[in-house]
Amino acid sequence: MSCWETIADYSLRSIGIGERLLPRENFTLCQQVVLIGSGMIWNIYFGVIALVSGFFLATAVALGKATANPLLRKPSEWFIFVFRGSPLFIQFFFAYFAFLSLKSVSPIFDPFTAAWLGAAIVLFLNTAAYSGEIFYGALLSIPKGDLDAADAYGFSGWTKFRKITWPTMLRLAWPAYTNEAIFLFHATTLVYLSGFPAWRQKGDALYYASYFADKTFNPFVPYPILAGYFILVTLVIISLFGLMNRRLNRHLPQDVRGRIRLRMNLIR
Amino acid sequence: MACYLTTGKHMAIYWSVGTVLLLLAITAPVALAFGFAGAAAARSRFLPLSLLGRGYVAIVRGVPDIAFFLFFVIALDQFFEWIRHEVKCPDWDQPIRQGNDFVVCAAAKLPQGNSAQWIHETYGFFLAVLTFAIVFGAFAANVLYGAMRAVPRAQLETAEAYGMSQRQCFWRILVPQMWVFALPGLSNLWMVLIKATPLLFLLGVEDIVYWARELGGSKTPRFTDYPHGDWRMWYFLGLLVFYLAFTRVSEVALDRIMKRLTKGQATTGGEAQRKTA
Repeated sequence: MSCWETIADYSLRSIGIGERLLPRENFTLCQQVVLIGSGMIWNIYFGVIALVSGFFLATAVALGKATANPLLRKPSEWFIFVFRGSPLFIQFFFAYFAFLSLKSVSPIFDPFTAAWLGAAIVLFLNTAAYSGEIFYGALLSIPKGDLDAADAYGFSGWTKFRKITWPTMLRLAWPAYTNEAIFLFHATTLVYLSGFPAWRQKGDALYYASYFADKTFNPFVPYPILAGYFILVTLVIISLFGLMNRRLNRHLPQDVRGRIRLRMNLIR
Repeated sequence: MACYLTTGKHMAIYWSVGTVLLLLAITAPVALAFGFAGAAAARSRFLPLSLLGRGYVAIVRGVPDIAFFLFFVIALDQFFEWIRHEVKCPDWDQPIRQGNDFVVCAAAKLPQGNSAQWIHETYGFFLAVLTFAIVFGAFAANVLYGAMRAVPRAQLETAEAYGMSQRQCFWRILVPQMWVFALPGLSNLWMVLIKATPLLFLLGVEDIVYWARELGGSKTPRFTDYPHGDWRMWYFLGLLVFYLAFTRVSEVALDRIMKRLTKGQATTGGEAQRKTA
Protein backbone atom coordinates (compact mmCIF):
# COMPACT_ATOMS: atom_id res chain seq x y z
CA MET A 1 0.00 0.00 0.00
CA SER A 2 1.55 3.24 -1.07
CA CYS A 3 1.63 6.30 1.07
CA TRP A 4 -0.94 8.12 -1.09
CA GLU A 5 -3.45 5.34 -0.50
CA THR A 6 -2.79 5.58 3.22
CA ILE A 7 -3.46 9.29 3.11
CA ALA A 8 -6.68 8.71 1.19
CA ASP A 9 -7.76 6.02 3.65
CA TYR A 10 -6.74 7.50 6.95
CA SER A 11 -6.30 11.26 6.73
CA LEU A 12 -9.89 11.89 7.88
CA ARG A 13 -10.18 8.71 9.97
CA SER A 14 -10.62 10.62 13.22
CA ILE A 15 -13.90 12.13 12.03
CA GLY A 16 -15.16 8.87 10.63
CA ILE A 17 -14.43 9.29 6.92
CA GLY A 18 -12.42 6.61 5.15
CA GLU A 19 -11.23 3.19 6.22
CA ARG A 20 -12.90 1.86 9.39
CA LEU A 21 -10.24 -0.59 10.52
CA LEU A 22 -7.09 0.78 12.05
CA PRO A 23 -3.90 -0.87 10.83
CA ARG A 24 -3.09 -3.89 12.99
CA GLU A 25 0.37 -5.03 11.96
CA ASN A 26 3.31 -4.01 9.79
CA PHE A 27 2.90 -0.39 10.77
CA THR A 28 4.60 1.92 8.33
CA LEU A 29 5.94 5.33 9.19
CA CYS A 30 3.48 6.81 6.72
CA GLN A 31 0.50 5.25 8.54
CA GLN A 32 1.68 6.65 11.84
CA VAL A 33 2.23 10.15 10.49
CA VAL A 34 -1.13 10.21 8.69
CA LEU A 35 -3.21 8.79 11.54
CA ILE A 36 -1.66 10.96 14.23
CA GLY A 37 -2.13 13.93 11.92
CA SER A 38 -5.75 12.98 11.44
CA GLY A 39 -6.13 12.96 15.22
CA MET A 40 -4.83 16.52 15.30
CA ILE A 41 -8.17 17.57 13.74
CA TRP A 42 -9.75 16.96 17.12
CA ASN A 43 -7.05 18.79 19.04
CA ILE A 44 -7.46 21.81 16.79
CA TYR A 45 -11.25 21.61 17.03
CA PHE A 46 -11.20 21.58 20.85
CA GLY A 47 -8.57 24.27 21.03
CA VAL A 48 -10.28 26.67 18.63
CA ILE A 49 -13.77 26.21 20.10
CA ALA A 50 -12.59 26.69 23.67
CA LEU A 51 -10.36 29.62 22.82
CA VAL A 52 -12.96 31.56 20.83
CA SER A 53 -15.85 31.02 23.24
CA GLY A 54 -13.65 31.25 26.33
CA PHE A 55 -12.39 34.67 25.28
CA PHE A 56 -15.79 36.28 25.88
CA LEU A 57 -16.42 34.59 29.22
CA ALA A 58 -12.88 35.50 30.28
CA THR A 59 -13.52 39.17 29.58
CA ALA A 60 -16.77 39.02 31.56
CA VAL A 61 -15.10 37.20 34.49
CA ALA A 62 -12.17 39.63 34.55
CA LEU A 63 -14.54 42.60 34.66
CA GLY A 64 -16.60 40.83 37.31
CA LYS A 65 -13.57 40.24 39.50
CA ALA A 66 -12.55 43.89 39.17
CA THR A 67 -15.91 45.40 40.16
CA ALA A 68 -16.67 46.64 43.65
CA ASN A 69 -20.09 44.97 43.77
CA PRO A 70 -19.67 41.76 45.81
CA LEU A 71 -22.63 40.11 44.06
CA LEU A 72 -20.60 40.07 40.84
CA ARG A 73 -17.14 39.86 42.36
CA LYS A 74 -17.55 36.83 44.59
CA PRO A 75 -18.90 34.48 41.89
CA SER A 76 -16.10 35.53 39.52
CA GLU A 77 -13.47 34.99 42.18
CA TRP A 78 -14.85 31.56 43.02
CA PHE A 79 -15.14 30.59 39.38
CA ILE A 80 -11.48 31.45 38.79
CA PHE A 81 -10.38 29.75 42.02
CA VAL A 82 -12.24 26.52 41.34
CA PHE A 83 -11.02 26.08 37.78
CA ARG A 84 -7.46 27.22 38.42
CA GLY A 85 -7.10 25.44 41.74
CA SER A 86 -7.98 21.94 40.63
CA PRO A 87 -6.41 19.70 38.01
CA LEU A 88 -7.99 19.78 34.57
CA PHE A 89 -7.78 16.00 34.55
CA ILE A 90 -10.07 15.76 37.59
CA GLN A 91 -12.39 18.37 36.05
CA PHE A 92 -12.74 16.20 32.96
CA PHE A 93 -13.54 13.13 35.05
CA PHE A 94 -16.01 14.97 37.24
CA ALA A 95 -17.77 16.58 34.28
CA TYR A 96 -17.99 13.29 32.41
CA PHE A 97 -19.56 11.44 35.31
CA ALA A 98 -21.80 14.38 36.15
CA PHE A 99 -23.11 14.39 32.58
CA LEU A 100 -23.46 10.62 32.75
CA SER A 101 -25.73 10.82 35.77
CA LEU A 102 -27.68 13.71 34.27
CA LYS A 103 -28.29 11.52 31.25
CA SER A 104 -30.70 9.39 33.25
CA VAL A 105 -32.65 12.52 34.20
CA SER A 106 -33.37 13.66 30.70
CA PRO A 107 -32.29 12.61 27.19
CA ILE A 108 -31.38 16.23 26.49
CA PHE A 109 -28.04 15.51 28.14
CA ASP A 110 -27.16 12.69 25.72
CA PRO A 111 -24.75 14.70 23.57
CA PHE A 112 -22.99 16.04 26.67
CA THR A 113 -21.41 12.67 27.41
CA ALA A 114 -19.78 12.69 23.98
CA ALA A 115 -16.39 14.29 23.80
CA TRP A 116 -17.23 16.80 21.09
CA LEU A 117 -19.61 18.69 23.38
CA GLY A 118 -18.83 17.67 26.97
CA ALA A 119 -15.06 18.04 26.76
CA ALA A 120 -15.42 21.26 24.78
CA ILE A 121 -17.52 22.72 27.62
CA VAL A 122 -14.94 21.77 30.25
CA LEU A 123 -12.12 23.25 28.18
CA PHE A 124 -14.20 26.37 27.56
CA LEU A 125 -14.78 26.95 31.28
CA ASN A 126 -11.18 26.09 32.13
CA THR A 127 -9.61 28.44 29.64
CA ALA A 128 -12.11 31.14 30.57
CA ALA A 129 -10.88 30.95 34.17
CA TYR A 130 -7.19 30.99 33.27
CA SER A 131 -7.49 33.83 30.74
CA GLY A 132 -9.92 35.63 33.04
CA GLU A 133 -7.15 35.81 35.63
CA ILE A 134 -4.71 37.08 32.97
CA PHE A 135 -7.18 39.74 31.82
CA TYR A 136 -7.87 40.72 35.43
CA GLY A 137 -4.18 41.27 36.00
CA ALA A 138 -3.97 43.36 32.84
CA LEU A 139 -7.04 45.35 33.86
CA LEU A 140 -5.34 46.31 37.10
CA SER A 141 -2.16 47.42 35.33
CA ILE A 142 -3.78 49.78 32.83
CA PRO A 143 -1.84 53.05 33.18
CA LYS A 144 -3.83 55.51 35.24
CA GLY A 145 -2.94 58.29 32.79
CA ASP A 146 -4.76 56.53 29.94
CA LEU A 147 -8.01 56.49 31.88
CA ASP A 148 -7.56 60.09 33.07
CA ALA A 149 -6.99 61.13 29.47
CA ALA A 150 -10.16 59.30 28.43
CA ASP A 151 -12.10 61.15 31.14
CA ALA A 152 -10.61 64.44 29.99
CA TYR A 153 -11.78 63.77 26.44
CA GLY A 154 -15.28 63.20 27.73
CA PHE A 155 -15.42 59.41 27.25
CA SER A 156 -17.64 57.62 29.68
CA GLY A 157 -19.44 54.34 30.26
CA TRP A 158 -19.57 51.94 27.34
CA THR A 159 -17.61 54.13 24.90
CA LYS A 160 -14.75 54.47 27.37
CA PHE A 161 -14.66 50.72 27.92
CA ARG A 162 -14.91 49.91 24.23
CA LYS A 163 -12.36 52.48 23.02
CA ILE A 164 -9.87 52.74 25.88
CA THR A 165 -10.10 50.16 28.65
CA TRP A 166 -10.69 47.03 26.62
CA PRO A 167 -8.02 47.56 23.91
CA THR A 168 -5.45 48.51 26.54
CA MET A 169 -6.35 45.47 28.63
CA LEU A 170 -5.93 43.20 25.60
CA ARG A 171 -2.66 44.86 24.66
CA LEU A 172 -1.19 44.29 28.10
CA ALA A 173 -2.55 40.78 28.42
CA TRP A 174 -1.66 39.62 24.92
CA PRO A 175 1.77 38.00 25.53
CA ALA A 176 0.44 36.02 28.50
CA TYR A 177 -2.71 35.18 26.57
CA THR A 178 -0.60 33.76 23.74
CA ASN A 179 1.03 31.37 26.20
CA GLU A 180 -2.39 30.45 27.55
CA ALA A 181 -3.53 29.60 24.01
CA ILE A 182 -0.50 27.36 23.49
CA PHE A 183 -1.10 25.51 26.76
CA LEU A 184 -4.76 25.15 25.93
CA PHE A 185 -3.83 23.27 22.77
CA HIS A 186 -1.51 21.09 24.79
CA ALA A 187 -4.29 20.46 27.29
CA THR A 188 -6.59 19.15 24.57
CA THR A 189 -4.55 15.94 24.61
CA LEU A 190 -6.11 15.07 27.97
CA VAL A 191 -9.61 14.71 26.57
CA TYR A 192 -9.54 11.06 25.53
CA LEU A 193 -7.32 10.01 28.42
CA SER A 194 -9.98 11.04 30.91
CA GLY A 195 -13.47 9.62 31.00
CA PHE A 196 -14.65 10.66 27.57
CA PRO A 197 -14.74 7.59 25.34
CA ALA A 198 -13.32 7.60 21.83
CA TRP A 199 -16.32 6.38 19.90
CA ARG A 200 -15.37 3.92 17.10
CA GLN A 201 -11.73 4.71 17.73
CA LYS A 202 -12.15 8.27 16.55
CA GLY A 203 -9.65 9.87 18.87
CA ASP A 204 -7.25 12.74 19.01
CA ALA A 205 -3.56 12.74 18.13
CA LEU A 206 -2.42 11.37 21.48
CA TYR A 207 -5.01 8.60 21.28
CA TYR A 208 -3.51 7.34 18.02
CA ALA A 209 0.05 7.92 19.22
CA SER A 210 -0.51 5.79 22.31
CA TYR A 211 -2.33 3.20 20.15
CA PHE A 212 0.82 2.83 18.04
CA ALA A 213 3.10 2.87 21.09
CA ASP A 214 1.04 0.11 22.70
CA LYS A 215 0.98 -2.02 19.57
CA THR A 216 4.62 -1.68 18.60
CA PHE A 217 6.19 -1.37 22.09
CA ASN A 218 8.24 1.39 20.53
CA PRO A 219 7.58 4.87 21.90
CA PHE A 220 10.43 6.35 19.89
CA VAL A 221 8.42 6.76 16.68
CA PRO A 222 4.84 7.86 17.47
CA TYR A 223 5.59 10.31 20.28
CA PRO A 224 8.20 12.32 18.38
CA ILE A 225 5.70 12.51 15.48
CA LEU A 226 3.12 13.86 17.92
CA ALA A 227 5.68 16.29 19.31
CA GLY A 228 6.45 17.48 15.79
CA TYR A 229 2.78 18.17 15.10
CA PHE A 230 2.43 20.11 18.35
CA ILE A 231 5.52 22.19 17.67
CA LEU A 232 3.95 23.02 14.29
CA VAL A 233 0.68 24.08 15.95
CA THR A 234 2.63 26.14 18.48
CA LEU A 235 4.46 27.96 15.69
CA VAL A 236 1.17 28.70 13.89
CA ILE A 237 -0.36 30.07 17.11
CA ILE A 238 2.67 32.24 17.77
CA SER A 239 2.56 33.73 14.29
CA LEU A 240 -1.21 34.35 14.35
CA PHE A 241 -1.11 35.91 17.81
CA GLY A 242 1.97 37.86 16.77
CA LEU A 243 -0.04 39.48 13.97
CA MET A 244 -2.73 40.45 16.47
CA ASN A 245 -0.06 41.73 18.84
CA ARG A 246 1.29 43.96 16.08
CA ARG A 247 -2.17 45.35 15.50
CA LEU A 248 -2.82 45.99 19.20
CA ASN A 249 0.48 47.80 19.56
CA ARG A 250 0.35 49.73 16.29
CA HIS A 251 -0.14 53.13 17.92
CA LEU A 252 2.97 52.86 20.08
CA PRO A 253 6.44 54.05 19.10
CA GLN A 254 8.59 51.31 17.61
CA ASP A 255 10.94 50.82 20.53
CA VAL A 256 8.42 50.33 23.32
CA ARG A 257 6.31 47.71 21.54
CA GLY A 258 6.11 44.53 23.58
CA ARG A 259 7.36 41.43 21.87
CA ILE A 260 5.81 38.10 22.62
CA ARG A 261 8.19 35.91 24.51
CA LEU A 262 7.63 32.24 24.93
CA ARG A 263 7.45 31.17 28.51
CA MET A 264 7.36 27.87 30.27
CA ASN A 265 5.03 25.13 29.34
CA LEU A 266 2.89 24.07 32.28
CA ILE A 267 0.22 21.54 32.93
CA ARG A 268 -3.00 22.79 34.39
CA MET B 1 -22.74 5.46 56.01
CA ALA B 2 -19.76 6.06 58.27
CA CYS B 3 -19.34 2.33 58.43
CA TYR B 4 -19.49 2.00 54.66
CA LEU B 5 -16.86 4.66 54.13
CA THR B 6 -14.38 2.68 56.24
CA THR B 7 -14.54 -0.65 54.39
CA GLY B 8 -11.31 -2.28 53.22
CA LYS B 9 -11.63 -0.87 49.71
CA HIS B 10 -12.15 2.59 51.09
CA MET B 11 -9.07 2.30 53.23
CA ALA B 12 -7.23 1.72 49.94
CA ILE B 13 -8.36 5.09 48.61
CA TYR B 14 -7.19 6.81 51.77
CA TRP B 15 -3.83 5.06 51.43
CA SER B 16 -3.63 6.21 47.83
CA VAL B 17 -3.90 9.81 49.06
CA GLY B 18 -0.73 8.92 50.93
CA THR B 19 0.74 7.68 47.64
CA VAL B 20 0.07 11.07 46.09
CA LEU B 21 1.61 12.92 49.00
CA LEU B 22 4.61 10.58 48.92
CA LEU B 23 5.03 11.26 45.22
CA LEU B 24 4.99 15.00 45.88
CA ALA B 25 7.42 14.66 48.79
CA ILE B 26 9.90 12.65 46.71
CA THR B 27 9.47 14.40 43.38
CA ALA B 28 9.77 17.98 44.59
CA PRO B 29 13.35 17.73 45.92
CA VAL B 30 14.49 15.42 43.11
CA ALA B 31 13.06 17.72 40.45
CA LEU B 32 14.68 20.67 42.20
CA ALA B 33 18.02 18.85 42.11
CA PHE B 34 17.54 18.06 38.40
CA GLY B 35 16.62 21.68 37.80
CA PHE B 36 19.61 22.94 39.72
CA ALA B 37 21.91 20.67 37.75
CA GLY B 38 20.28 21.76 34.49
CA ALA B 39 20.54 25.45 35.30
CA ALA B 40 24.14 25.14 36.48
CA ALA B 41 24.96 23.20 33.30
CA ALA B 42 23.29 25.84 31.11
CA ARG B 43 25.46 28.51 32.77
CA SER B 44 28.63 26.50 32.33
CA ARG B 45 31.55 27.92 30.35
CA PHE B 46 32.19 24.49 28.85
CA LEU B 47 30.22 24.52 25.62
CA PRO B 48 28.97 20.90 25.35
CA LEU B 49 27.75 20.98 28.96
CA SER B 50 26.05 24.31 28.38
CA LEU B 51 24.35 22.98 25.23
CA LEU B 52 23.22 19.90 27.16
CA GLY B 53 21.63 22.09 29.84
CA ARG B 54 19.94 24.36 27.32
CA GLY B 55 18.76 21.44 25.22
CA TYR B 56 17.22 19.75 28.26
CA VAL B 57 15.20 22.87 29.06
CA ALA B 58 14.25 23.55 25.45
CA ILE B 59 12.98 20.08 24.56
CA VAL B 60 10.54 19.77 27.42
CA ARG B 61 9.00 23.15 26.60
CA GLY B 62 6.80 23.22 23.51
CA VAL B 63 5.61 19.62 23.69
CA PRO B 64 2.54 18.49 25.65
CA ASP B 65 3.72 17.12 28.98
CA ILE B 66 1.29 14.26 28.83
CA ALA B 67 3.12 12.97 25.79
CA PHE B 68 6.28 13.04 27.88
CA PHE B 69 4.62 11.17 30.71
CA LEU B 70 3.49 8.44 28.35
CA PHE B 71 6.81 8.42 26.49
CA PHE B 72 9.24 8.35 29.39
CA VAL B 73 7.64 5.49 31.25
CA ILE B 74 8.06 3.09 28.35
CA ALA B 75 11.35 4.60 27.25
CA LEU B 76 12.95 4.46 30.71
CA ASP B 77 11.70 0.94 31.28
CA GLN B 78 13.19 -0.22 27.99
CA PHE B 79 16.39 1.71 28.67
CA PHE B 80 16.94 -0.01 32.04
CA GLU B 81 16.14 -3.40 30.59
CA TRP B 82 18.49 -2.77 27.68
CA ILE B 83 21.37 -1.89 30.02
CA ARG B 84 20.78 -4.95 32.17
CA HIS B 85 20.53 -6.99 29.00
CA GLU B 86 23.92 -5.77 27.78
CA VAL B 87 25.50 -6.47 31.15
CA LYS B 88 23.88 -9.78 32.09
CA CYS B 89 23.58 -11.50 28.73
CA PRO B 90 26.58 -10.53 26.60
CA ASP B 91 26.29 -13.64 24.43
CA TRP B 92 22.73 -13.00 23.27
CA ASP B 93 22.84 -13.00 19.48
CA GLN B 94 19.30 -12.00 18.47
CA PRO B 95 18.37 -8.37 17.88
CA ILE B 96 16.46 -6.65 20.67
CA ARG B 97 13.81 -5.16 18.39
CA GLN B 98 12.18 -8.00 16.50
CA GLY B 99 9.59 -6.29 14.35
CA ASN B 100 7.00 -5.04 16.78
CA ASP B 101 8.46 -6.71 19.85
CA PHE B 102 10.99 -5.62 22.38
CA VAL B 103 12.85 -8.73 23.51
CA VAL B 104 15.51 -8.97 26.19
CA CYS B 105 16.80 -12.07 27.90
CA ALA B 106 14.87 -13.33 30.92
CA ALA B 107 17.55 -12.35 33.42
CA ALA B 108 17.33 -8.73 32.31
CA LYS B 109 13.58 -8.35 32.82
CA LEU B 110 12.61 -5.61 35.23
CA PRO B 111 11.10 -6.35 37.63
CA GLN B 112 11.83 -10.08 37.68
CA GLY B 113 8.82 -12.10 36.56
CA ASN B 114 8.73 -14.14 39.76
CA SER B 115 9.10 -11.25 42.21
CA ALA B 116 6.41 -10.19 44.62
CA GLN B 117 3.48 -7.93 43.82
CA TRP B 118 4.80 -5.08 45.92
CA ILE B 119 8.04 -5.00 43.94
CA HIS B 120 6.06 -4.54 40.73
CA GLU B 121 4.10 -1.71 42.29
CA THR B 122 7.18 -0.04 43.74
CA TYR B 123 8.97 -0.29 40.41
CA GLY B 124 6.00 1.37 38.67
CA PHE B 125 5.98 4.09 41.30
CA PHE B 126 9.73 4.56 40.93
CA LEU B 127 9.38 5.01 37.16
CA ALA B 128 6.59 7.53 37.75
CA VAL B 129 8.71 9.52 40.19
CA LEU B 130 11.62 9.55 37.77
CA THR B 131 9.37 10.72 34.92
CA PHE B 132 7.89 13.50 37.02
CA ALA B 133 11.35 14.52 38.16
CA ILE B 134 12.70 14.69 34.60
CA VAL B 135 9.79 16.75 33.27
CA PHE B 136 9.51 19.08 36.26
CA GLY B 137 13.28 19.29 36.53
CA ALA B 138 13.28 20.96 33.14
CA PHE B 139 10.74 23.54 34.31
CA ALA B 140 12.67 24.10 37.52
CA ALA B 141 15.88 24.48 35.52
CA ASN B 142 14.19 27.18 33.49
CA VAL B 143 13.10 29.03 36.63
CA LEU B 144 16.46 28.69 38.39
CA TYR B 145 18.36 29.76 35.28
CA GLY B 146 16.30 32.94 35.15
CA ALA B 147 16.78 33.48 38.90
CA MET B 148 20.55 33.12 38.63
CA ARG B 149 20.60 35.79 35.97
CA ALA B 150 18.40 38.04 38.10
CA VAL B 151 20.94 38.25 40.92
CA PRO B 152 22.49 41.73 40.60
CA ARG B 153 25.71 41.59 38.63
CA ALA B 154 27.34 43.98 41.10
CA GLN B 155 27.12 41.36 43.84
CA LEU B 156 29.17 38.90 41.82
CA GLU B 157 31.63 41.58 40.76
CA THR B 158 32.17 42.54 44.38
CA ALA B 159 32.81 38.90 45.23
CA GLU B 160 35.34 38.68 42.41
CA ALA B 161 36.97 41.87 43.62
CA TYR B 162 37.41 40.24 47.03
CA GLY B 163 39.33 37.51 45.27
CA MET B 164 36.80 34.70 45.38
CA SER B 165 37.19 31.97 42.79
CA GLN B 166 34.45 31.05 40.30
CA ARG B 167 33.32 28.19 42.48
CA GLN B 168 33.22 30.31 45.62
CA CYS B 169 31.29 33.06 43.80
CA PHE B 170 28.74 30.52 42.68
CA TRP B 171 28.20 28.75 46.00
CA ARG B 172 28.62 31.64 48.46
CA ILE B 173 27.12 34.58 46.60
CA LEU B 174 24.93 33.45 43.73
CA VAL B 175 23.14 30.44 45.22
CA PRO B 176 22.06 32.02 48.55
CA GLN B 177 20.71 35.08 46.77
CA MET B 178 18.90 33.46 43.88
CA TRP B 179 16.14 31.82 45.94
CA VAL B 180 14.14 34.99 46.42
CA PHE B 181 14.04 35.48 42.65
CA ALA B 182 13.27 31.83 42.04
CA LEU B 183 10.50 31.47 44.60
CA PRO B 184 7.58 32.94 42.62
CA GLY B 185 8.42 30.64 39.72
CA LEU B 186 9.01 27.66 41.98
CA SER B 187 5.79 28.15 43.89
CA ASN B 188 3.94 28.31 40.60
CA LEU B 189 5.69 25.08 39.69
CA TRP B 190 4.66 23.48 42.98
CA MET B 191 1.01 24.33 42.21
CA VAL B 192 1.39 22.80 38.79
CA LEU B 193 3.04 19.73 40.30
CA ILE B 194 0.10 19.28 42.65
CA LYS B 195 -2.26 19.54 39.74
CA ALA B 196 -0.21 17.07 37.73
CA THR B 197 -0.45 14.28 40.31
CA PRO B 198 -3.68 12.79 38.88
CA LEU B 199 -1.58 11.88 35.85
CA LEU B 200 -0.10 9.11 38.03
CA PHE B 201 -3.19 7.23 37.01
CA LEU B 202 -2.00 7.28 33.41
CA LEU B 203 1.33 5.86 34.45
CA GLY B 204 -0.36 2.79 35.82
CA VAL B 205 -0.07 3.52 39.54
CA GLU B 206 -3.18 2.74 41.56
CA ASP B 207 -3.77 6.26 42.80
CA ILE B 208 -6.83 8.18 43.93
CA VAL B 209 -8.23 8.58 40.43
CA TYR B 210 -8.07 4.82 39.95
CA TRP B 211 -9.84 4.12 43.24
CA ALA B 212 -12.45 6.81 42.68
CA ARG B 213 -13.36 5.18 39.40
CA GLU B 214 -13.43 1.70 40.87
CA LEU B 215 -15.34 2.50 44.04
CA GLY B 216 -17.88 4.81 42.51
CA GLY B 217 -18.77 2.49 39.69
CA SER B 218 -21.64 0.05 39.76
CA LYS B 219 -22.17 -0.97 36.15
CA THR B 220 -19.52 -3.65 35.84
CA PRO B 221 -20.51 -7.08 37.19
CA ARG B 222 -17.37 -7.27 39.34
CA PHE B 223 -18.72 -4.51 41.54
CA THR B 224 -22.34 -5.44 42.04
CA ASP B 225 -21.58 -5.85 45.72
CA TYR B 226 -21.56 -2.08 46.14
CA PRO B 227 -24.77 -0.89 47.76
CA HIS B 228 -25.18 2.15 45.56
CA GLY B 229 -25.63 3.34 42.02
CA ASP B 230 -23.17 5.25 39.93
CA TRP B 231 -21.46 7.45 42.50
CA ARG B 232 -18.31 8.19 40.54
CA MET B 233 -19.46 11.77 40.15
CA TRP B 234 -19.46 12.24 43.93
CA TYR B 235 -16.10 10.57 44.37
CA PHE B 236 -14.62 12.93 41.80
CA LEU B 237 -16.29 15.87 43.49
CA GLY B 238 -14.47 14.76 46.63
CA LEU B 239 -11.19 14.70 44.73
CA LEU B 240 -11.92 18.14 43.31
CA VAL B 241 -12.45 19.54 46.79
CA PHE B 242 -9.33 17.77 48.05
CA TYR B 243 -7.21 19.40 45.36
CA LEU B 244 -8.80 22.81 45.88
CA ALA B 245 -8.05 22.66 49.60
CA PHE B 246 -4.52 21.44 48.93
CA THR B 247 -3.71 24.26 46.49
CA ARG B 248 -5.24 26.82 48.85
CA VAL B 249 -3.15 25.64 51.80
CA SER B 250 0.02 25.66 49.69
CA GLU B 251 -0.79 29.16 48.50
CA VAL B 252 -0.95 30.44 52.07
CA ALA B 253 2.19 28.56 53.10
CA LEU B 254 4.18 29.80 50.10
CA ASP B 255 3.14 33.37 50.84
CA ARG B 256 4.64 32.99 54.31
CA ILE B 257 7.91 31.59 52.93
CA MET B 258 8.10 34.45 50.45
CA LYS B 259 7.71 36.95 53.29
CA ARG B 260 10.52 35.24 55.18
CA LEU B 261 12.83 35.16 52.17
CA THR B 262 12.37 38.77 51.09
CA LYS B 263 13.55 39.90 54.50
CA GLY B 264 16.67 42.00 54.07
CA GLN B 265 16.87 41.54 50.30
CA ALA B 266 17.69 44.41 47.96
CA THR B 267 14.34 44.17 46.17
CA THR B 268 11.15 46.24 46.24
CA GLY B 269 9.53 43.64 48.48
CA GLY B 270 12.40 43.71 50.94
CA GLU B 271 12.41 47.52 50.91
CA ALA B 272 8.69 47.63 51.66
CA GLN B 273 9.15 45.23 54.57
CA ARG B 274 11.96 47.33 55.96
CA LYS B 275 9.81 50.46 55.87
CA THR B 276 6.82 48.92 57.61
CA ALA B 277 8.97 47.34 60.32
